[in-house]
Amino acid sequence: MLERQGFHRDLTCESCVGSNRHRGSEQRIGTKNENEIRENMSDRKTVVVGMSGGVDSSTAAYLLKEQGYHVIGVTMQIWQEENECQMQAEGGCCGISAVEDARRVAEVLGIPYYVMNFKDVFQKKVIDYFTAEYLAGRTPNPCIACNRYVKWESLLKRSLEIGADYIATGHYARIRRLENGRYAIATSVTAAKDQTYALYGLTQEQLSRTLMPIGDYSKPEVREIAERAGLPVAHKHDSQEICFVPDGDYAAFIERDTGRKMPEGNFVTKDGKILGRHRGIIHYTIGQRRGLDLPMGERVFVTEIRPETNEVVIGTGSDVFTDTLKADHLTFMGIEDLPMGEEEHFLAKIRYNHRGTGCLVKRTGEDEITCTFEEPVRAVTPGQALVYYRDGYVAGGGIIRE
Amino acid sequence: MIYLDNAATTRTDPEVAAEMLPFFSENYGNPSGIYGIAQKSRAAVTAAREKTAHVIGCRSDEIYFTSCGSEADNWALKAAFEAYSEKGKHIITTKIEHPAILNTCEYLERERGAEITRLDVDEDGVVDLRELEAAIRPDTILISVMTANNEIGTIEPIREIGEIARRRGVLFHTDAVQAFGQIPMNVDELNIDMLSASAHKFNGPKGAGFLYIRKGVGIRSFLHGGAQEHNRRAGTENVPGIVGLGAAAKKAEETLVRKMEKETRLRDYLIRRIREEVPNVKLNGPDPADAKGGERLPNNVNFSFEFVEGESLLIMLDMRQICASSGSACSSGSLSPSHVLKAIGLSDSLAHGALRLTLSAETTAEELDTTVEAIREIVERLRGMSPKYEAYRNGTLESET
Repeated sequence: MLERQGFHRDLTCESCVGSNRHRGSEQRIGTKNENEIRENMSDRKTVVVGMSGGVDSSTAAYLLKEQGYHVIGVTMQIWQEENECQMQAEGGCCGISAVEDARRVAEVLGIPYYVMNFKDVFQKKVIDYFTAEYLAGRTPNPCIACNRYVKWESLLKRSLEIGADYIATGHYARIRRLENGRYAIATSVTAAKDQTYALYGLTQEQLSRTLMPIGDYSKPEVREIAERAGLPVAHKHDSQEICFVPDGDYAAFIERDTGRKMPEGNFVTKDGKILGRHRGIIHYTIGQRRGLDLPMGERVFVTEIRPETNEVVIGTGSDVFTDTLKADHLTFMGIEDLPMGEEEHFLAKIRYNHRGTGCLVKRTGEDEITCTFEEPVRAVTPGQALVYYRDGYVAGGGIIRE
Repeated sequence: MIYLDNAATTRTDPEVAAEMLPFFSENYGNPSGIYGIAQKSRAAVTAAREKTAHVIGCRSDEIYFTSCGSEADNWALKAAFEAYSEKGKHIITTKIEHPAILNTCEYLERERGAEITRLDVDEDGVVDLRELEAAIRPDTILISVMTANNEIGTIEPIREIGEIARRRGVLFHTDAVQAFGQIPMNVDELNIDMLSASAHKFNGPKGAGFLYIRKGVGIRSFLHGGAQEHNRRAGTENVPGIVGLGAAAKKAEETLVRKMEKETRLRDYLIRRIREEVPNVKLNGPDPADAKGGERLPNNVNFSFEFVEGESLLIMLDMRQICASSGSACSSGSLSPSHVLKAIGLSDSLAHGALRLTLSAETTAEELDTTVEAIREIVERLRGMSPKYEAYRNGTLESET
């Protein structure tokens, strides 16, 4: 419903003041809105932009500067040292080259730029969690943990310390204040690049102090703005893999990180019949079909991982579909709460690239919801987030337990 | 701008820069040539060598120009390790050396089979001489201890270390990058066999350094190639850089006493004011007010501000145009707690709250007044937003200072 009301009516969100959200007037791309500028100049707000050296965050910094903010660029150093050379070669999002790219952009924009160190918190809240989840047979989403604890909790704290009013990022998402007074993240205008899923865990306080200036643009538009602004990263490739595992080999990373070789074990059927040997549970995730090497005559999938017995359960197509799941570690964004026993209708995503399925979400415990889908969903994976939406904004979420 | 990061680098003295300029586009000859402009280059390099040698009381043919202090450190350690491998593979150093020493030692240990003893230091950062002597073994080939520490300004008992090394027949190298041109040094009085220094730390240009190698020390070339630097360091001489190094060395020698007096006075003023005006601070490194404590570089001040993230403090100082550092410039990229502050026993949180202010002969008392004002306000603001400080005020967290 809010979607249909249009943006202007919802501009109660303080954090959006100055953000260039007037779509449909294409000539505005990269230009200033005079009223907004004047407003900002009288009480010029300071915003720290988290700069990865990529085109998205660089353009975010540019847009904010154009809108009259006092912009400070910051690159969060979260992962380096041992893998420095590899990171440089890969050009991922947190290596030396990222810092140098971000520094160059800051130079072009004429904004102060700093590197802040968040390695401790990244290790504790992201890498340790990532490893522990895999060892427990689950499939974590480290970007969610990074967003919540590193990009927001830590960066916001530091930014407020040094006198900033807001932080800003290059996410393709929009922050809005709803009629109920709550802040929520709305999906980007370009569904192809929607990044709301990994941001569901942000708190109200964090959202009220966050700007996402490129949420109203599509990727090609952002590249165009960057090019017109002369940013030296306009044509840089996007990073794809998880930043601290640039080669995508999670299992090898976990074995390096823990210093342990994971034991082999058995592939079994649901009923315990042994089908063959697996290479260690961290090599598998629910729904996986490739690399199983099982001569079964039909297409088979990983349907369950049992860390206590070191077994990987194999099933057929129908076994990877479920219509209900339970989630915990609940957080709420667009809605304040879901009272015990009540159920409401939402659209839910069970993984980053899931398009979303209609469902009923019911509060079934102090820290538990049960989600019943209108049609079966494929490969519900413990450890991933369940994020449920209403009218395009994030209502709440949790971690899939079973 | 108030520049208080002179341990990271210094302003090239305009007189020094002026001396360098003719060697870019006028006297650009290669010192190895036979024609006029080459001879001028050669003469200038020789003059620079003599000026440099004069500062530390050595012969000019014992000075070998390098590209930087780190190259000199690498050369001293790696070449000594190779040249004396028949005697042994043991090297003694300390835990508070510059990464140019520490990482070279680590390389020798990992790749070349060296055995490294890394000595502890006391809470002022001073090496224990008895421990040092006890660490010497029959196969010890080299002792490498810095003259002065870059982060906390501790001056090590170099004369005594050199004396022990000489008595026990072990080579002694010192990384004097922070000390050369800042305090008086004489290689004979201090029993130094090898000494590294870098021009940009004493108002010379970047990209020029030297290694002093005492006559008779049999280390060989590190960079192989042409016959430059008495066949020991190949590569066409960086003539402008070397000229600048020589000019800066000469000027440092001439102004040393006055500069030390002025810096010491300002240093003690800055320390006193911070102590008196900012609560919950700890001076890292020797306390000049403590007669029994170790010696401290005249230009170094290093404080930990409890309940404060040093990074935020630095950024906010930068916003006020005050240039300072949290430790060594080289580690600010990594920002894991400083190995030096850890070695003197600081907790991680105190180490994270460290601020280094390093003065120059050009620093004024007014600049320090502005800086103290800024620090006071910023620290108050940061503490006002710190849950730890709140816990301390409520009595649920104890102070470490």
